[in-house]
Amino acid sequence: MDRRTAFKKLTASLLIGAGAISTSCSTLASDDAKEKAQIDWEEQFKGNYKLMSDEEKQDTINRLMRSYELRTGKTISMTAENPAEDVLFGYAFNISKCQGYMDCVSACVKENNQDRNSEMQYIRIHEMKDGEGFKFDKADDNYYHEVPVEGHFYMGTQCFHCDNPPCVEVCPVQATWKEDDGLVVVDYDWCVGCRYCMAACPYDGRRFNWSKPEVPESEVNKNQHYLGNRMRKKGVMEKCTFCVQRSRKGKNPACVEACPTGARIFGNLLDPNSTIRWVLENKKVFRLKEDLGTDPKFWYFMD
Amino acid sequence: MGRFKVLKSLVVDSLDTITKGSIKYHIWMGVLTLVMLIGMYCYSIQLEEGLSVTGMTDRVSWGLYISNFTFLVGVAAAAVMLVMPTYVLKDVDFKQAVLIGEGLAVAALIMCLAFVVADMGGPSVLWHMIPGIGVFNFPNSMLTWDVIVLNGYLFINISIPFYILFRHYQGKEAKKSVYVPGAVLSVFWAVGIHLVTAFLYQGLQARPFWNNALLGPRFLASAFAAGPALIILVLAIIRSFSAFNIPDKTIKKIAMIVTVAAQINLIMLISELFKEFYAPTHHSESAYYLFFGLHGKNALLPWIWTAIPLNVIATIILTFNRFRNNLKVLYVCCFMLFVAIWIEKGFGLIVPGFIPGPYGKIVEYLPTGIEIGVTLGIWALGAFVFTILAKTAIGIELGELRYKKKETIEDRH
Repeated sequence: MDRRTAFKKLTASLLIGAGAISTSCSTLASDDAKEKAQIDWEEQFKGNYKLMSDEEKQDTINRLMRSYELRTGKTISMTAENPAEDVLFGYAFNISKCQGYMDCVSACVKENNQDRNSEMQYIRIHEMKDGEGFKFDKADDNYYHEVPVEGHFYMGTQCFHCDNPPCVEVCPVQATWKEDDGLVVVDYDWCVGCRYCMAACPYDGRRFNWSKPEVPESEVNKNQHYLGNRMRKKGVMEKCTFCVQRSRKGKNPACVEACPTGARIFGNLLDPNSTIRWVLENKKVFRLKEDLGTDPKFWYFMD
Repeated sequence: MGRFKVLKSLVVDSLDTITKGSIKYHIWMGVLTLVMLIGMYCYSIQLEEGLSVTGMTDRVSWGLYISNFTFLVGVAAAAVMLVMPTYVLKDVDFKQAVLIGEGLAVAALIMCLAFVVADMGGPSVLWHMIPGIGVFNFPNSMLTWDVIVLNGYLFINISIPFYILFRHYQGKEAKKSVYVPGAVLSVFWAVGIHLVTAFLYQGLQARPFWNNALLGPRFLASAFAAGPALIILVLAIIRSFSAFNIPDKTIKKIAMIVTVAAQINLIMLISELFKEFYAPTHHSESAYYLFFGLHGKNALLPWIWTAIPLNVIATIILTFNRFRNNLKVLYVCCFMLFVAIWIEKGFGLIVPGFIPGPYGKIVEYLPTGIEIGVTLGIWALGAFVFTILAKTAIGIELGELRYKKKETIEDRH
């Protein structure tokens, strides 16, 4: 008997027991409550998304959508699109165009349902002095003044979706991995919260839910992807996914769309006609901390 | 079937032993229980609220729990310094100490596992880590290696003493052919647990403070100083509170081990400091932060500047035969060394790894009351487990707990 059938049998028998107890002990136990209990059980003991068949992926997103409906009375749409063939996503950032407006940051927070209480942000914009190069220790990544400031330039950092990601290597349970289209993703339900990936990331690309993330119901982005902006729990890692829920539908990530200066370029590295390819071929590009051998799929360039 | 009868009787007898004792013993166990309960209460808050009740943040994502875990792996590994001479080199002087040492290893390992669980964001899905039903990232993740070696070492350190005590309980000699292979294995395994734990940090190219070839060897040297130092202190306490006979000679031999390890540790410390400060690069910033503070942030200074003098003074005093052989001085030095290495291998190693962050940001870390409560609770758990193990082991070794003895009494009735 494999793990899956073992769990199914175990779950089924536990469900009968739990169901019997809840109905006999409570006259108020509605069908909804029973259904919710069943969903919670199956969610608790499901497998790693990376190893699920498409059918199992569909089952879990159906459960999650139903669970949201039972809890809030509102419906959401969640997909489990797999990577498209011949797609490898890449990103380029124009440091001479970025003015530090931070529209990308707020668009990202809204799009990806990040925790509002802890003000979690995937993107950091570093304000640096002209003529000093990248002096990160002297840069300000938490400013509240009017931008752009004279004599400064701005650069953004986020998850670079490395081709050789150290975070994936160190995860003890394979809760994070690189998809075929190059996106480094996290299975939020499989993550055990050891934060080893966070220690391994040289680019400060990962965020942890130290407490239960909260998003006001009216602000929840209801177009979700299992590996992207669906609601997270406390105690799990999350990160930028190049907006998997948008990029796999052929759209740009929210940060690219929101940028008022056009400093952000996103696209398919395998498509010779894409803008990202044009930038890589015609501009002088460089990457951060190349000596570490992580091969980020995120380039900087200037005009 | 006979064996099960003996086992049942052993369990009953040891339960009887550990629940009886002097007033002091009861106060000790009562205090430990209280601290454990407080720790559990703190942990329940952490379970409810999440790790936000700790001082950890996205910038410093490992803190007090992982610091203590790292240190205690060393304490566990130190049992080997007694096991090897006793079982492998047939040095009988250590025989009395080795059961205590292995008991200490068991307690330390249980504390290690408890610290790791306390540090987890999702303890309810920890089954994902169990090979077979979960998905193990072996051999890529050093954390999976650590899970394997720690649990394996725990098994070895439970089974060998259990076998010996089980034989002695029946008044029989333990068969060398059974336990010596296990003891030899445990020698290599002990080095393994500590080296693997060091590799956990050493393998991260993102953290230059840890990404340093000396980290593994230095882990071993400091472990073989701090662990046996703790064993000496424990033996001293056992000597004064029980009839268990531990000759001065044994303690002095362990003191020799502590001394040599502490000296090697000091040499490695100097080598590390030389590398960081003679020709500093931006990779030395963590060390600067640790020893001198950076941009006005200096939370670790009082810690490290307590540890360094304690370490140096204790090592120098121990180096001289005359001082080392004076037991009172020895105990003080062992205590100093233990505290110094706890700071150095705990806070002094883990926290600066995150400071400054990957982009130079300096955010300091300070444990919260809840974190300290859970930590104290786990230390109390370790002390509790060790007391139980030691009391049973001493009872059997002294001949107070015997299977036959009980039978003969029953026969007389």
